[in-house]
Amino acid sequence: MEANHNITLPEGSIEKQTTTLNFGPTHPATHGVFQNIMEVDGERVVSTEQTVGYIHRAFEKLAERRPLYQITPITDRLNYCSSPINNMGWHITCERFLQIETPKRVDYLRIIIMELARISDHLICNSIVGVDTGAYTGFLYVMQYRELIYEIYEEVCGSRLTTNIGRIGGFERNFTNTAFTKLEKFLHEYPKVLKEFESLFTRNRIFMERTQGTGGISAERAMNYGFTGPNLRAAGVDYDVRVANPYSSYQDIDFTVPVGSTGDNYDRFLVRNAEMWQSLSIIQQAYNKVQSFKGTDAEIFHAEVPEYYLPKKEDVYTKMEALIWHFKIIMGEIDLPKGQIYSPVEGGNGELGFYLISDGGRTPFRLHFRRPCFIYYQAYPELIKGGMLSDAVVTMSSLNLIAGELDA
Amino acid sequence: MALTNEYIQEQLAAKFGEQVYAFSTANGMLSFESAKDLNLKVMQFLYDEPSLGFTFLTDLCAVNYPDNVGGELVVVYHLHNLRENVRIRYSIATSISAPDVFTASKLFEAANWMERETYDFFGVNFVGHPNLKRILNVDEMDYFPLRKEFPLEDQTRIDKDDEMFGRG
Repeated sequence: MEANHNITLPEGSIEKQTTTLNFGPTHPATHGVFQNIMEVDGERVVSTEQTVGYIHRAFEKLAERRPLYQITPITDRLNYCSSPINNMGWHITCERFLQIETPKRVDYLRIIIMELARISDHLICNSIVGVDTGAYTGFLYVMQYRELIYEIYEEVCGSRLTTNIGRIGGFERNFTNTAFTKLEKFLHEYPKVLKEFESLFTRNRIFMERTQGTGGISAERAMNYGFTGPNLRAAGVDYDVRVANPYSSYQDIDFTVPVGSTGDNYDRFLVRNAEMWQSLSIIQQAYNKVQSFKGTDAEIFHAEVPEYYLPKKEDVYTKMEALIWHFKIIMGEIDLPKGQIYSPVEGGNGELGFYLISDGGRTPFRLHFRRPCFIYYQAYPELIKGGMLSDAVVTMSSLNLIAGELDA
Repeated sequence: MALTNEYIQEQLAAKFGEQVYAFSTANGMLSFESAKDLNLKVMQFLYDEPSLGFTFLTDLCAVNYPDNVGGELVVVYHLHNLRENVRIRYSIATSISAPDVFTASKLFEAANWMERETYDFFGVNFVGHPNLKRILNVDEMDYFPLRKEFPLEDQTRIDKDDEMFGRG
């Protein structure tokens, strides 16, 4: 390809050898609100200019006026394919900041929910990669198991997509038996589905030709670009927050961190699939641990933190203490300690970090979200440069870009 | 040899002396500050020195302290040594009237958009940035919304027509 395509010339100039193509912001293949103004030479992408921010909602500003518990619903709307991880990440940040110890049973229940969320996140991403390479079946087939995951959320917290699941210190209520029955159903049925999903794609010649060698990145470049999560691991770096900075008792669980080597679309797909198998094993281990709690221990679903955990409603009506805490929490009248903390969790698409600064007031002085896909989406022009336009579509979906998280 | 906070602090003190200060290890993370014109030198040193190896920029953001006269804007870098799994926090303060800070985007590609975001919301002018323009807000915006001079609406204000907001 020639270096000079006169791409700065206005559209319609005779000397101009490339075509300007507006891809997005509402193109069905972008799976979110992303605009790319591409210069294409025939079918090859010469350069692209990204525009983001279409659904910016000023979360960081909003958070400066909200007590901690009111920030949880904001985090739902970051990566909405795996809201529970964001919610838990926020609770864990608050607990670390306030030095609250959570009971082990809470940790294991959280692990179950977070890994279910990771599976549903990876499931969407991988099946969408399938859709973009022309295989719709996988997407439709796995969707009923995402539905089952959402039913489990629904049993635990009452909602499905923007979950607002859990509270500072634990969960709002204990898991019901139905939740565990559905979880068992999932653990029993999902491996077969995932196996079949894999056999549809992994050794599929068309899929391999489309994804191998496209959208690749070296480990050095990926780290320089701030990649985290499956995208970094696909490039061969075994960095996983669950291992590096364990939270929620992940240190008690046995699992491996799958890595790829070329960082291309195919490796990203394989890493996500392998992570789903790991997540299944993590859920099984955490579920076994949850079941080992007997008697009153099996009733524990939150830590005793009256300043932050809402008391039971019947206590509010009958006990003075509970009534006082109820009002103080609801009115946001709890003063936070001074200080700052950076707390990361392994989100669906990378390291989701919360940087919380408190000046001793009732709301955060400043809250910054480290949103993984905002950071790695910068590499997109480099990933697709010189490749086919149709591969750019696949690369975009295999990066697992979530507009809500990107635009905050 | 495990990389300890004390070792990092020693190395920084040996290289920069008094110019790097305010060391603390709240919540287990070493944090320190320096004058704003040293930011690239400090980060380049942390990047290049083999025994330190902070080659991963986790996060870059700004904070506005309106009462801190002369250093109203603070740019915070979170750096990570992935091999030793050590994180540090490095911050520099700049006045709001001349918020010029050298860009880290030559050192870390990841800083490119994070600096654009910081510019967008706080107006920090990253000197040498290849494409310093707004990223999440509209280009026509003429203020920097995350600065503390723009408070969020008071939830108890009564001068609005509540009927229009479904509160009547």
